Amino acid sequence: MVSGQAKKYKASSAPAFYNTKSKGDATVKTVALDSSPGRGKKLFAYLKRYWTIYLLLLLPLTYFIIFKYIPMQYIQIAFKKYSIVKSVWEMPWADNNGLEYFIKAFSNKDFINAVKNTIMLNFLDLICGFPAPIILALLLNELPFPRYKRVTQTVAYMPHFLSWVIIAGLARQLFAPSTGLVNNFLDKIGMQTIPFLNEPTWWVITYVFLGIWQSVGWNTIIYLAAIAGINPELYEAAEMDGAGRFRKMWHITLPGIRTTIVTLLILSLGRILGSEFDRPYALMNHMVNNVSNVISIFVFKYGIQGLQFSLATAVGLFQSVVCVIFLFIANALAKRFGERGVW
Amino acid sequence: MIKSKKSRYGDWIVVFLCFLLIVVCLLPILNVLARSLSSSEALIKNKVWLWPVGLNFDAYKMVLNDSKYTWSLIWTAMLTVTGTCLSLFMTTICAYPLTYEKLKGRRLFNTIIIFTMYFNAGTIPMYLLLKDLNFLNRPVVLIVPYCLSVFNMIIMRSFFYGIPESLRESAELDGAGPVRVLVSIYLPMSTPVIATLALFYAVGRWNGFSDSLMFVKKREYYPIQHWLYLLINSMTRIETTTVEGFAPPGLSETLKSATIMFATVPILCVYPWLQKYFITGATLGAIKE
Repeated sequence: MVSGQAKKYKASSAPAFYNTKSKGDATVKTVALDSSPGRGKKLFAYLKRYWTIYLLLLLPLTYFIIFKYIPMQYIQIAFKKYSIVKSVWEMPWADNNGLEYFIKAFSNKDFINAVKNTIMLNFLDLICGFPAPIILALLLNELPFPRYKRVTQTVAYMPHFLSWVIIAGLARQLFAPSTGLVNNFLDKIGMQTIPFLNEPTWWVITYVFLGIWQSVGWNTIIYLAAIAGINPELYEAAEMDGAGRFRKMWHITLPGIRTTIVTLLILSLGRILGSEFDRPYALMNHMVNNVSNVISIFVFKYGIQGLQFSLATAVGLFQSVVCVIFLFIANALAKRFGERGVW
Repeated sequence: MIKSKKSRYGDWIVVFLCFLLIVVCLLPILNVLARSLSSSEALIKNKVWLWPVGLNFDAYKMVLNDSKYTWSLIWTAMLTVTGTCLSLFMTTICAYPLTYEKLKGRRLFNTIIIFTMYFNAGTIPMYLLLKDLNFLNRPVVLIVPYCLSVFNMIIMRSFFYGIPESLRESAELDGAGPVRVLVSIYLPMSTPVIATLALFYAVGRWNGFSDSLMFVKKREYYPIQHWLYLLINSMTRIETTTVEGFAPPGLSETLKSATIMFATVPILCVYPWLQKYFITGATLGAIKE
């Protein structure tokens, strides 16, 4: 009690003392904010003015705490024996110093397969899908008719707005083995039909292709914005020097958007073990289970359908942690090579 | 400037490649549209390419006659409208306070929020939380748990940063409080970003099905995408009443196509009008903290 009062006294007296000593800017500022110089009163004035801002923030912060931070306490389940009657804090620790479920996960063939598939699909997405929007942006940038360019862009953005269920529906109709448009066409020109969605290798190719189809237009937006920010004088100067289309692309456009490319590359590298759920889940079928089974689907199958909460949480935690580590590594690498990084 | 012959050829190659892109983007939709409008006999004989054969609207009528699909379309529309309004409200009241440079604790709030972008608890902890909150199998689970996206919040915050500080300061000198400034200065100036985020949130809700798959077991609460998923995997079918008592072969295919169109057309009708806005929005999202 006593020390608290002393603190209060000190807090309110110190600025007053300061004010009497120096009659410079500090005094003027205090006066402008509030006519009384005391720190407690200053805080009061500050709160009186800004309490509505804190009130506005209250709801979003509550949201983040309830739906993002409170779930984190359930992460303990990865190290504990799940029990439906006990609270998370009361559940007994799992065997092997609580690592039982991690050991179980890594000796589970399904899980190892899911990790392999996740890395494979993400890696293919990265090599095929990452350059695609850059190439398309360069292409659109070369398009001489503004109106035509606009139409192309509108159409190219369209797939981004379709859900994976719709895309899977479209793909199944288009690529159906005997009734689909593509196979009918192949049949007509005398080629063999292709089991696009029913054979593992072709499924992977179709999966990657549909990923590019869905995202390539949308991802050009950011590159086009970066290209628009390049100084046009550079192009003029290059033209004076006799540079052709490709030389301008190589020496001006690409270096001009390098920062954007690197930033997006870091984010993609950080996601190499991350897994979407909708895309593989909507596209998979029982004939391609051995390649379509990714980590998010494993978690869904074992956790929500199979009710093995501890195992599924352990897998999810492993994935989240690896993702964060990868992001840090990618960011550090980018900074080492003299780029700005993500943070 | 006179273009050289070589670069003119180049231009035409570019034009052709872009045309190819348009074709590849539109082909699947046109194909499904044609199939949905064709007769089932023509479909079985593989006659349908990009133009309907035996034009009829029976499939659409049948889908609309199946009460679970009509209800699901209405239900999803309701969810989309409520969800979008709630999300926009939450995003605004989250982004606006964070633009106050002098706000005490701003750094802390920022850290709390941004952290969730890089690390999240995962699917099962979320499921258990919703179970403990007694949210499972209720409509609220399709609206509240993912109502605020950090990414979208950052887009809005970046947009707010672009509004000159002097406007706010002069309003505050006139005695307007922060909420007043938000409502009468910031929001009226923010149509582009509000339109963009409304589109993002609405499309997200309209297209979402994994939350329903994980958290909802009551069929009357399934959004349209969930039904569509079951339909294209032949786990459910559209109830049809034909005179003969059995559905002609190929009918299920036209019905699937018609349902896909029902789920697709609302989005296709909306997004082109907002193109001007969402391009700015998507670009703002790239600005980092």
